[in-house]
Amino acid sequence: MFRRNTMLRTALLCGSLVASAAALAADVKPAVIYDLGGKFDKSFNEGVFNGATRFTKETGVAFRDLEIQNEAQREQVLRKFAKDGFSPIMTVGFAWETALKKVAPEFPNSKFGIIDDVVDLPNVQSIVFKEHEGSFVVGVIAAETSKTGKVGFVGGMDIPLISKFECGYAQGVKYASDGKGTVFANMTGTTPAAWNDPVKGGELAKSQIDRGADIVYAAAGSTGQGVLKAAADAGKLSIGVDSDQDYLFPGHVLTSMLKHVDVATYQSFLDAKNGTWKAGVQALGLKEGGVDYALDQYNEKLITPEVKAKADAAKADIIAGKIQVHDYMSDNKCPM
Amino acid sequence: MSAPLKPLPQWADVALIPLVNVAAAFLISGLVVLAIGENPLEAVQILITGALGDLEGVGFTLYYATSFIFTGLAVALCFHAGLFNIGVEGQAYIAGLGAALAALHLGFLPGYGLAVAAIVAAAVFGAAFAAIPGYLQAYRDSHIVITTIMFNYIASAIMGYLLVNVMRVPGQMNAETAQFPPNAWAPQFHVILAHFGVQWPVTPFNLSFLLALAAAWVVWLLIWRTRLGYEIRTVGANPTAAVYGGISPKRVVIVSTLLSGALAGGMAVNVILGEEHRLILEYTAGFGFVGIAVALMGRAHPVGIILAAILFGMLYQGGAELAFDKPKISRDMIVVIQGLVVLFAGALEHMFRRPVATLLARRTTQPPI
Repeated sequence: MFRRNTMLRTALLCGSLVASAAALAADVKPAVIYDLGGKFDKSFNEGVFNGATRFTKETGVAFRDLEIQNEAQREQVLRKFAKDGFSPIMTVGFAWETALKKVAPEFPNSKFGIIDDVVDLPNVQSIVFKEHEGSFVVGVIAAETSKTGKVGFVGGMDIPLISKFECGYAQGVKYASDGKGTVFANMTGTTPAAWNDPVKGGELAKSQIDRGADIVYAAAGSTGQGVLKAAADAGKLSIGVDSDQDYLFPGHVLTSMLKHVDVATYQSFLDAKNGTWKAGVQALGLKEGGVDYALDQYNEKLITPEVKAKADAAKADIIAGKIQVHDYMSDNKCPM
Repeated sequence: MSAPLKPLPQWADVALIPLVNVAAAFLISGLVVLAIGENPLEAVQILITGALGDLEGVGFTLYYATSFIFTGLAVALCFHAGLFNIGVEGQAYIAGLGAALAALHLGFLPGYGLAVAAIVAAAVFGAAFAAIPGYLQAYRDSHIVITTIMFNYIASAIMGYLLVNVMRVPGQMNAETAQFPPNAWAPQFHVILAHFGVQWPVTPFNLSFLLALAAAWVVWLLIWRTRLGYEIRTVGANPTAAVYGGISPKRVVIVSTLLSGALAGGMAVNVILGEEHRLILEYTAGFGFVGIAVALMGRAHPVGIILAAILFGMLYQGGAELAFDKPKISRDMIVVIQGLVVLFAGALEHMFRRPVATLLARRTTQPPI
């Protein structure tokens, strides 16, 4: 109610031009539907939550969110949100693809969003990230920092998306070490439980460290916290993923491969509010600021100026197109 | 008081005790709802109207219930043979593979012949996967509880591998198969009713429900009206005595695990053929484990199982509505309520038995049976 009143007042004060924008704005009723992984995973879903929260803080426009319990609910909640007039509706994760393809055409006037997959419909905004580019850069940082020339990778569930992280990382390591560096790679499991198994993640990291790895990159959701802890316990370094995880074990997390789902969500909602929301694919890479490596007060001592220079050079080369990072998902193969 | 209690009349055993148990579970759940600062009565109201208040709610409730009837029956059948089949989850998962393989590769079958083939394949795959723990129990004395639990992981790993590496549509991120041809689908009620000009909201509720009811009837017939059922019950009561009666416990163990796995396959029919129309990763979503609770609550009787399955269907559907209307009550709350139902209906089922029996004994001097 408060929101409406403010809108109304703004409209009255600022005249007809703004009034039309405000009328548009009044239609914005954003919603977020998380994937089965749940809202507070300290990584992917939580990033979306943070972006939506930032939007609410800055604009005063509240958003609704929901965690689903099983597959059958996907279409059900999408229809329910759409019927209740929510728009844009942001769905988190590629698992929403099929449900969205079915429901979005039923509500041509509602706006939908999906993260990590492409749904080619006139009222759907598809947001995908070039994780291989960000992983390449952290691979460069790992290879430049490693003393043993051996680095590790612990993935979550064995799916192409995670292989995309792994492949980008391996390419970065090989690039920076002139093909000499070794990458140990393990996946935690083949089921979604692999996203939430910090104990096994820790064991995999330990085994890689035993084989000589001194830096381990975790792309494994909550499982990654076990990887980060195992590396810290062994006095080695780790690399976090999705959100900035440098603060988790200060001095032991070398950097994090940032995937800015928060920024993407925030931007999408803001665009909807401003009437500039567009359907179609947004592929966010290093160039668009969709992925990046983290540098803050927790890891600034770990990344030497030389390493930083190398990383930034690699980043600039990728942006300029001088380095082509192979995307595993383009052909389900890794040239490494 | 110290005299041995007379056995409870059957109606009290099948209906009253579960009802008291559920009431206790809801009472405790109400306290939890109160603790997080919501009105429990309002929560119950949303839950019930969400589950049964409109046709859409009813459709979803019965859709979930269909899965629970199948998994509940699968668990119950083994109960009667004295076996605790914890592997319904994995058996249903592998059954989904059978249904998908048939639906995708037997497309030459005419009309609904394809759907029938897919249903049979689901049952066969479920049974085959249950057969291994059954064999190990019967001939190798490996305890079925342990083996079936472990087989859930094997199922999960196999399906993960197949869906990710073999059956996935190339270039697609989701680990799932292509969509089945429409004549492999179990028809949904809203589609059928539309043919007769009746409007029914879009829900996954499909003809598998009738199949589930038929399965419940067949299980009842089997357990209480056939020689095999008699053998199953005898082995369940006392395997040593069964041998003296000329019954082979090994055979009974194998047969009942096979049937149990086939029943678990019914869940694949409901979810894979009835709603998703493609095989997806982790489609079972813990419904196999809920089947254990359903069987316990339904006291391993098909009628009890149907009622318990509908109750759990209400919890799932009403719970979703509750989470939708009350953002404070998350999906985890529904798990808490389910957990309490399992606790009271399963682990503590004898808690109210004595008081209820005493109460009834006081009222009736001549108890029936």
